[in-house]
Amino acid sequence: MSITVRLPTVLRPQANGQSTVKVEGSNVGEVVNSLVAAYPGLQSNLLDDSGSVRKFVNIYINDEDIRFLDKLQTPVSEGDEVAILPAVAGG
Amino acid sequence: MLTLNRSTWLEILAEAWRVYPLEACGLLLGPDDGPVDRFVPIVNEAQSSRVFTLSPMGYMKAERLADDLGLQVVGVVHSHTHTSAYPSPTDVAEATKPLVPPTWHWAIVSLAWGYPELRSFRVSESGSAALRGDAVEFGVELGMDEEPVRLKD
Repeated sequence: MSITVRLPTVLRPQANGQSTVKVEGSNVGEVVNSLVAAYPGLQSNLLDDSGSVRKFVNIYINDEDIRFLDKLQTPVSEGDEVAILPAVAGG
Repeated sequence: MLTLNRSTWLEILAEAWRVYPLEACGLLLGPDDGPVDRFVPIVNEAQSSRVFTLSPMGYMKAERLADDLGLQVVGVVHSHTHTSAYPSPTDVAEATKPLVPPTWHWAIVSLAWGYPELRSFRVSESGSAALRGDAVEFGVELGMDEEPVRLKD
């Protein structure tokens, strides 16, 4: 099914300047894989060499952090919005 | 140079005092080249007087607002409650993470001395020696250089 993914400004150049894109997937992991397959320039920013989501990347689905759901196995359905968000911190 | 509308500066200052003694944080919105139009306060998830972490939800809302207003996220601002308005080693390390654009203003307001002090910095690969901190990533030394701050009426 088609899922909307919202990208932060910093990643939009790797997705032809789009703020949201539509990709296929039945869970968040599949959505992320579809996303990097469609826009390979996003891969190194989102995933490490083992294919895991990088620590400084937060993924939300409908305003909920997937770490508090079922992580990458969290199911998605038509109409859901997955948001990719950078972790920004300092001291 | 970071140019802030005076009202934006006052909003930053109000938020810094509001959450004191915790560190305040938020994002700066503006056109690519021009004065910063908006400060969007964001919850410091770290709830700390030493470090800050932007709430991801807050980040998302700020980006949505920027999209709605036709603006960009052009920087981040946070307060130092006990030290000067210079980047800490943690700032230097975090400002150079891959999803933090090097074009961002890294603005710091210090409340340590009883009066507010505002400075802004840009990440660079060399950086000023005094500000370099101890961050070494990607095989190069990283640091931040101070940029002028101007308040605009």
